[in-house]
Amino acid sequence: MSIDKTSATASKDDAVPVENPEAASGADVAVDPRLLVREQGLTGYIGEFKRKIKGGDLGSIPVVIGLIVICIVFQSLNSNFLSAQNLSDITVTMVGTGMISVGIVFVLLLGEIDLSVGSVSGAASAIAAVLAVNQGWPEWVAVLFAVAAGAAIGAAHGFFFAVLGAPAFAVTLAGLLFWLGFMLKVLGENGTINLDSDGFIGKLTTYFFADVAAAYGLALVVVAVFFISSFLGNRRREAAGVPSRPLSDTVLRTVLLAVVAFAAAAMYNQYKGLPLATVVFLAFLVGSDFLLRRTSYGRKIFALGGSVEASRRAGINVTFIRISVFAIAGGFSAIGGLFLASKIASANQSAGTGDLLMNAIAAAVIGGTSLFGGRGRTWNALLGVLVIVSIQYGLQLESIAEPVKYMITAAVLLTTVVIDSVTRKTQKTAGRA
Amino acid sequence: MVHVSATPVLALRGVSKRFGAVQALTDVELEVHAGEVVALVGDNGAGKSTLVKTIAGVHPIDDGVIEWNGNAVSIGKPHDAQSLGIATVYQDLALCDNIDVVGNLYLGREVKRFGVLDEVEMERRSRELLDTLSIRIPSVRIPIASLSGGQRQVVAIARSMLGEPKLVILDEPTAALGVEQTAQVLDLVERLRERGLAVILISHNMADVKAVADKVAVLRLGRNNGVFEVKTTSQEEIISAITGATDNAVTRRAARSNGEVSK
Repeated sequence: MSIDKTSATASKDDAVPVENPEAASGADVAVDPRLLVREQGLTGYIGEFKRKIKGGDLGSIPVVIGLIVICIVFQSLNSNFLSAQNLSDITVTMVGTGMISVGIVFVLLLGEIDLSVGSVSGAASAIAAVLAVNQGWPEWVAVLFAVAAGAAIGAAHGFFFAVLGAPAFAVTLAGLLFWLGFMLKVLGENGTINLDSDGFIGKLTTYFFADVAAAYGLALVVVAVFFISSFLGNRRREAAGVPSRPLSDTVLRTVLLAVVAFAAAAMYNQYKGLPLATVVFLAFLVGSDFLLRRTSYGRKIFALGGSVEASRRAGINVTFIRISVFAIAGGFSAIGGLFLASKIASANQSAGTGDLLMNAIAAAVIGGTSLFGGRGRTWNALLGVLVIVSIQYGLQLESIAEPVKYMITAAVLLTTVVIDSVTRKTQKTAGRA
Repeated sequence: MVHVSATPVLALRGVSKRFGAVQALTDVELEVHAGEVVALVGDNGAGKSTLVKTIAGVHPIDDGVIEWNGNAVSIGKPHDAQSLGIATVYQDLALCDNIDVVGNLYLGREVKRFGVLDEVEMERRSRELLDTLSIRIPSVRIPIASLSGGQRQVVAIARSMLGEPKLVILDEPTAALGVEQTAQVLDLVERLRERGLAVILISHNMADVKAVADKVAVLRLGRNNGVFEVKTTSQEEIISAITGATDNAVTRRAARSNGEVSK
C-alpha cells in the first residue's frame, strides 16, 4: 500500500513540471479565452450596453427613463410643464435639496446614513441669518461661517460614529432633534429673520446671467472640456499600451452631452437666462465627482464602502475618512440650507423640516446611489433631485394637494429602492456586486 | 531545485509566545531561505497562525530571536514586518469587492500625477505585474466581485508583491478553492520561488504541500515536531509528525483498509 501511495505522489511530482511549460506557454496568450472581448466601434458599444443591462448594471438608465416618463405625463396633462419658465424654476428650486443630496451620496458611499442633514441645513441658514441680519456681519462672511459650522457639526457626528463607535443612524437621529432645537433657539421669539433679497444670500437663487452668450458659452466650454479631456486621456492610454475607448465612442458621448447642454442653454435663454444657482450646483457636482473618482481620498471612501477591514489593512485611516465624510455631508447641508433660505428670502422655523430630509435621501437613491455602500456618483444626486422636484412642480401645476404629493414621492422612492435591491440581486448572479 | 543561499532570509531561534495561561509557542525554530518554499503544517491549535502572526508583527514574541538576513531584528508591529520586506496574505483576502483589480492592487499606495490618481500608469503597471506572474484574469478593470475565488487569491498575492517583499507568507491560500484554481495558485507559488523569494505556506492540504514545498516544518502543540525535506519524506511520516504519534487515527484507518499493520 505504501508503495502504491509513493508512486501516486511521485506521479504527482512529475505532473508539476509537466504543467509548468503549459502555464508558461499560457503566458504568451495575453487574453483569457473566457473574457468577452469588446468589439470596436458602435456595434461593440451597443453589445457592451446590452450585456450591462442583462447583468443588472442599470446605472442611471431607470432614472433617465423615469424623467422622460414624467415629462411626457405632465406635459400631456398641462402644456406649461415643459415651458422654459417652469423648467428654469425647477432647476433653480432643486439646488437646495440637490446640494444636501450630494452630501448624502458621500455618506451612502460609506454604507452609512445621515438623518441630521435637514436640521443641519436649517441650523446653518439660521446661523447665517442671525450673523448677517442681527449682528450686521457682511453676508459672505456669514455664509462662510455657516458652511464651516455645518462642516463642524458633521464632523462632530462623525466623531461619535467613528471614534466612539455609536451607530451613525442613532447619532444623526439625535443630531436631527438637537439641531432643530438649536435652530429654533437661535431664531428666537419671532421665529423668522427676513433676508435682504438683494444681498449675497438672496442673489443665490434670484440672479440670472441674462446675456444669451453666457448659457451657450458655458455649454460650449463644458462640451469642449469633456471632449478634449476624453480625447487626451485616450491618447495617453494608447501610448501606454492599455485598452482605450475607440474614438467613435468618445464622439458619441460628446454628441449626447452637447445635445443636452445646448438644449438646456436654449431653454434658459428663452426665460431669464442662465441661473446662478444652477451654475454653482454644477460646479459643486463636477468638483465632488472629481474628488470621488480622481483622487486617492475618493478612492478611500469607495474602499471603506466595500470593506472596512480591507481598508484598514491597506493602511487607510478609517477614523479620519469617516469623520471627514460626515463633515462633507454637514458642509453640503449648510450650503443647501442657504439656497433654500435664499429661495424664500428668510430663515424661518420651518426650515429644514418636513419632507426635506426624505427628499434629499430619496434623490440620492433614486439617482442610483446604492444604500449598501460603495456604489454611486454625485451625479446621481442631480438626476434624483430632478425627478423629485419635477414631480412636485408637475403636481403643483395640476393643483394636486400636499397629501397626494407625499404619497406619490413615496411611491417613487419605494420603486427606486426596489430597483436597487433587484439589480443588486441580478448583479450578484452576474458577478458584478 | 532552485539554488538556496547559505544565510536564511528569516530565522526564528527559540521563539516563545504566551497568551495569559496558554503557552502558544515554545522554543520554536524555523529557517526560510531565498528561493525556498517552506510549508508550515500542524493540526488545529498547533500554533501555525500564532507563529505567522509573530513574524507579521501582529503579536510580538515573548522570548527568542528573530533573525533577518542573519541579523537579529525586533518586529513589534505589522509596519516593522512590512518595512523589512515581509508580506502576508491572510486567509480572508482583504480585497474590496466593489473596486476593480487595479484599484485593489494599489489601494493605500495609489500612483498619483499632479496630485490626481494616475489610472493609466496604475493600469499599465498592474498588467505588467500580472503578466510577469503569468496571472490570467479576464480584465484588470472589472470589480473583484466578478472574479472567482482562485482569481481573488492570485490578485491578493499579486498585491503583496507590489511592496517588493523578500518573504511572502501565505495563510491557507488553497482552502476553499477548486482543482483548477488550486493549480493556478500553486503555479503562482512556484513563480514566486523562481523569482528568488522566500515563501512560507500554511496548508492543511498534503497534496499541495507535496506539490510545491521544498521543506515541511511541522508544529505540534506549539513546539517544533520536525522539519522534513519534501522529496525524501512520505506523506505518512509528515502526518505522523502532525498527529504526534505513529499509532493514531490516520494510520489505524490506513492499516484497516489494507489489512496489514504498518510499522
